[in-house]
Amino acid sequence: MIKVEQLYKYFKQVKALDGISFEVKKGELFGLLGPNGAGKTTTVRIISTLIPPTKGQVEINGYFLPKDAAIIRNFIGYVPQALSSDGTLTGYENLLIFAKLVGLNRSEREKQINELVELMGIGDFVDRLVREYSGGMVRKLEIAQALLHNPKVLLLDEPTVGLDPASRRSVWDVLKTLQEKYDSTILLTTHYMEEAEALCDRIAIMDHGKIVIIGTPKEIMEQAGVETLEDAFIVLTGHEAEEGGNFNELKRVRKTARRLQ
Amino acid sequence: MEARRLRHDPTELFTRAVQPVLWLLVFGETFTKIKAIPTGGVSYIAFMTPGILSQSVLFISIFYGLALIWDRDQGIIQKFLALPVPRSAFVVGRTMGAAVRGISQAVIIMLLAVILRVEIRWSILSILGTIGVVILEAAFFSCFSMILASLMKTRERFMGIGQVLTMPLFFASSAIYPISIMPKWLQVIAVINPLSYVVEILRGILVTGVYTNMLLHVGLLIGMILIAVVIATLLYPRLAS
Repeated sequence: MIKVEQLYKYFKQVKALDGISFEVKKGELFGLLGPNGAGKTTTVRIISTLIPPTKGQVEINGYFLPKDAAIIRNFIGYVPQALSSDGTLTGYENLLIFAKLVGLNRSEREKQINELVELMGIGDFVDRLVREYSGGMVRKLEIAQALLHNPKVLLLDEPTVGLDPASRRSVWDVLKTLQEKYDSTILLTTHYMEEAEALCDRIAIMDHGKIVIIGTPKEIMEQAGVETLEDAFIVLTGHEAEEGGNFNELKRVRKTARRLQ
Repeated sequence: MEARRLRHDPTELFTRAVQPVLWLLVFGETFTKIKAIPTGGVSYIAFMTPGILSQSVLFISIFYGLALIWDRDQGIIQKFLALPVPRSAFVVGRTMGAAVRGISQAVIIMLLAVILRVEIRWSILSILGTIGVVILEAAFFSCFSMILASLMKTRERFMGIGQVLTMPLFFASSAIYPISIMPKWLQVIAVINPLSYVVEILRGILVTGVYTNMLLHVGLLIGMILIAVVIATLLYPRLAS
């Protein structure tokens, strides 16, 4: 479904992506795991057509970036890291705007919104202003927004950053349901080892713009000869996951976390 | 979207109204008394009412790009840009939002003009015409503002450039005094200033009833809007990075 080959991205002098390659199969839940600044967000933003790659090829559902970006947008849904629903509108209105933007007619809109609201379990809150929502609910609302045009591929950038454990679990459940019931292909980034382990079918561990290893969580742990992904990361990269991450990235994560409180 | 936002928080309408009220009351009433400015036979306050109307719409629209920067910081723009929707739709949608705000502003100033008994040519046509011109003005300046926002990207730089541009746009126009009393170099700026066209059209409709050049001015304004929409659409994706 998604095929990335020798992808490079330079921001002026900084090599954000240093030649990464991976493939996400149809119906797979694939995780990009790594510390802040590893290049995960850059990868997702290139795949979601927001920024052009410096070099390399991205193929999604038989189309290529950046040349077919306008077509590719029809079958991707993107949830950025920042909490981006409009707090001054209700959940329903947030969904309605997106439904109108993607050109659903009135009856399709109602059907689609009702279905997604039910799937996300936010039915009781749909007519309340979003600023009264909990972080987990905002996130689920955003996933619903990204699904209104029935994309084949869902791209999520740090979907559970800053969420409390219960909310995190509820977001996981939603993603699992999407995968099982709707056969969605999901690519997400995370820097939580336990999230990658609990949720993803396969993982690519990223560090300094490179992919260190790709495999199922079990394969990766076996190959590193350790019991946890955390240890596997240290063995494979030679340092702890807490390093890295530039000022801006840290600022963004903090800001998201703050908005959730 | 914008209308819904206003419905959830209508206080903004009132705070926005304060500035034009002050202009009309303080500046207008005073200058009416001293009769220092040649207005062509109408009272100064009537002369400046269309000017203040277009000024307040200008102020709202020119900072409209700030919402874009705000949305960019929150990741909303990124989410929009990944949708299968033509980019021009976002730009046009925003200009409509600005127009809604502009109209709300126009209504308030017209009410104020009634209260202050400013001699204005009231008719259904003049009111509709005013609303039409306000929509055009809001469309042009909000596009202009979005172009700036796409180039500046940060709030600080945008505010800086916005402040720098607003004052000359306002003072180098026929908003509060006729172009003919300006020094020559300022006249040149005033004549190419889109705000002057807006003021001239509004003044024609609301005060003097003189309609010469009106079609030309409207045509120019629409032409400039089209150009601005195209540029804004091309630059919009820059906000993603």
